[in-house]
Amino acid sequence: MSAALPRRGLLAGALVLAFALRPAAAQEAGGPVLPGSLKETPELDAWLRIDAAGAVTLFTGKAELGQGVKTALLQIAAEELEVPLAAIALVTADTARTPDEGYTAGSHSMQDSGTAIRHAAAQLRQLLIERAAERLGRPAGALRAERGAVVTPEGTRLGYGDLVGGLDLHRRARPGSPLKPAAAFTVMGRPVPRVDIPAKLTGAPAYVQDLRPEGMVHARVVRPPAPGARLVSLDRRAAEALPGVIAVVRDGDFLAVAAEKEWGAIKAMRLLAAGARWEGGPGLPRQADLFAALRALPTEDTAILDRPAPASAGTGAREMRAAYTRQYQAHGSIGPSCALAQEVDGTMTVWTHTQGVYPLRAALAEMLGRGPERVRCIHAEGSGCYGHNGADDVAADAALVARALPGRPVRLQWMREQEAAWEPLGAAMTTEVRARLGADGRVQDWDYAVRSNTHNARPGKAGDLLAATHLAQPFAPSPPRAIPQPEGGGDRNAIPLYAFPGARVMHHFIPTMPLRVSAMRALGAYMNVFSIESFMDELAAAAGADPVAFRLAHLEDARARAVVTLAAERFGWEPGAALPPGRGRGFGFARYKNLAAYCAVAAEVAVERETGRARPVRVVAAVDAGQVVNPDGLRNQVEGAIIQSTSWTLFESVDFTPDGVTSVDWSTYPILRFKAVPERVEVHLVDRPDTPFLGAGETGQGPTAAAIGNAVAHATGRRMRDLPMTRERIKAAIGV
Amino acid sequence: MVSLRVNGQEHALDVDPETPLLYALRDELGLNGAKYGCGLGQCGACTVMVDGQAVFSCVVPVLLAQGREVTTLEGLGTPEAPGPTQRAFIKEQAAQCGYCIPGMIMRAEALLRRAPHPSDAEIREHMHPNLCRCGTHARILRAIRRAAETREAPRTAFAEGGR
Repeated sequence: MSAALPRRGLLAGALVLAFALRPAAAQEAGGPVLPGSLKETPELDAWLRIDAAGAVTLFTGKAELGQGVKTALLQIAAEELEVPLAAIALVTADTARTPDEGYTAGSHSMQDSGTAIRHAAAQLRQLLIERAAERLGRPAGALRAERGAVVTPEGTRLGYGDLVGGLDLHRRARPGSPLKPAAAFTVMGRPVPRVDIPAKLTGAPAYVQDLRPEGMVHARVVRPPAPGARLVSLDRRAAEALPGVIAVVRDGDFLAVAAEKEWGAIKAMRLLAAGARWEGGPGLPRQADLFAALRALPTEDTAILDRPAPASAGTGAREMRAAYTRQYQAHGSIGPSCALAQEVDGTMTVWTHTQGVYPLRAALAEMLGRGPERVRCIHAEGSGCYGHNGADDVAADAALVARALPGRPVRLQWMREQEAAWEPLGAAMTTEVRARLGADGRVQDWDYAVRSNTHNARPGKAGDLLAATHLAQPFAPSPPRAIPQPEGGGDRNAIPLYAFPGARVMHHFIPTMPLRVSAMRALGAYMNVFSIESFMDELAAAAGADPVAFRLAHLEDARARAVVTLAAERFGWEPGAALPPGRGRGFGFARYKNLAAYCAVAAEVAVERETGRARPVRVVAAVDAGQVVNPDGLRNQVEGAIIQSTSWTLFESVDFTPDGVTSVDWSTYPILRFKAVPERVEVHLVDRPDTPFLGAGETGQGPTAAAIGNAVAHATGRRMRDLPMTRERIKAAIGV
Repeated sequence: MVSLRVNGQEHALDVDPETPLLYALRDELGLNGAKYGCGLGQCGACTVMVDGQAVFSCVVPVLLAQGREVTTLEGLGTPEAPGPTQRAFIKEQAAQCGYCIPGMIMRAEALLRRAPHPSDAEIREHMHPNLCRCGTHARILRAIRRAAETREAPRTAFAEGGR
């Protein structure tokens, strides 16, 4: 049993934006830990370079996933370095060129890369000013940086290109940086338009799918009918006879085909599939028995919070219980996963929309049986991923085909049904909660348990790549692992932020995976926040309290209170207000991971009795993400989180039989379409100048689900505790 | 050989006539706008206009597009000079990953050419076949309304002047 974690303790060590303006000489080497990703990559020239002509290049190990990270990082560099944003060239995740920043995941990009770049740029600016001061024989304090030059009070300008000659930037960052105060910002904090949008909206090459190097061939993979099936015989003649087919590639149960043209590759894939005979299969549980099957699996149990109830708890208290479930859900990228791979002189280069070029390189190198120096992974954008989808697996597929066709660039894209059947899913989960409500209307004691598979099966090892497990000499998948607190995996946000006198939280980690699962946006936080916030409404109702007032009565964190209050205000939340029949309103709140952005959501939902269809009419969110770099980018992310979470919550469940996944297209895995989009989605930001960046890309998922569930309960009088709240389930609940 | 007229230009393509239009546009003509999403006509990422109608290019054999006017995203404008609907989407920053947006723009374009003053309900109804996974819908709807307004600006000014 792990020791109880004091929640406030989670904030310790986040001295990301310390304004250390003391002289460098006073700073000791090996003193404070460097901020953000400077911890792992401290050299300034790993992040920023300036050539003799003054051209600035910015490097980040993070990748653009459609979240606008390129623009935000450019804003930070432009602000602190004092150069026009448009004059900076940006290089993103590339194992040959950029720092290793692990995965672009967990709402970490601004905290990791943004913080590193901010400090590196500020230090570089200071070095350039000092250099100019030396050259001019004037005190550095008399000079300032402006538009790519150091300027004297008289207006003499020394361009960065002139100053940088002979300046060795291959030096460690210092612990303190002369950061600009937010009041002086001209680029950060502004809604700078996304730099990547014009190309994407006019058809310029923008995605890995759009790469077409000379000599490129098209490849498709043939998957088994279900996980675990073995290829027992193969008649490849029909596929090989098709005009334009270049090669059929088989290694054990891995099967693929390459052709001159894309349509030829697809036709050959179908012929090859028809000629393949597979045996064996997964033996999945029946979907109707899923949660019983999960509960029957062995678990590794950790008490992630153990705060004993005070002796007084329980006197006159009323005990309440509830249990919640969540079906498997899919990332469901609109563009199926794709990669381009090319083997030249014993080095494999892979253009990939992976979230982690370095971990993927390690996994590919192991699979290919070579050193990592002979694999290069270059990030190229794909369709939005929302976590660990097929990006890494398709990179392995492409690399295996490229190894068989040395010299030729191989473009391999999955088909829709392959993406749907083979992407690692968001885990099915169950939660149980029990609380004692005192006569004073306050929660006295809280017991919560979450049961889940892993939420991180990302590569790093060959066995984490689907194809590598299919080879004649297969690699075994890595043992499933839990992500420890404070971030947590299945138990992410399982610890309530509310100040309950007694509280215990158990994480029951299930190593055995009936279906392959991995990271999906917000991980366990989506389900845990849904459960906690649903139950808070049940408790509020039992206490006869308004749901917003009930939350505020249990919240001590001032920033949490501020977003709850703001969302309620902007929504026009009046305690006890009556709504028209069939309408309900609901509230949800969380601080993502209990250490990133705060988010409160209020939703008004219309429920159609005859069909059971629920539709959010109006959704109002308030978000505190610390210092905001790009307010429009942040709003875009949270609006997207609200709509995506609405889709998960009302529509989405991966369906399967004992023989495999059956929801393999958009008719069998329906997601939200335009007619279900709320009439209004509002996102209000609480800006916190000069405070650390708080990751916000996932903060909306849980609170939205909870707000919808609470609104459906308010509208119908029926509490829905099983996700998704499909119209069939709502109809059944209201007994129409 | 299949002859195809795309964005006002004639092309003779050496392709299997049953090749979906999508692959002819992308792979033979190097046009990136139309995207592969499902190959089943369920998501709209591949939407282009054929004779002014929004169609799923992933399920239309290239042979059936012969003799018709095919318009792709590239036919509306360029990164340097985007067309009115593209400008409206850029102005509203109506994209996250952006993969579905070319299809959204093409479907919206087809609507606005036919019905310059669509109601919100008409826009939603018309856009229903196209999927977005990032949840950019609210911005897409705003962008289409903006596109309708900006296209109509001269006529509105004339109408007001006449009052």
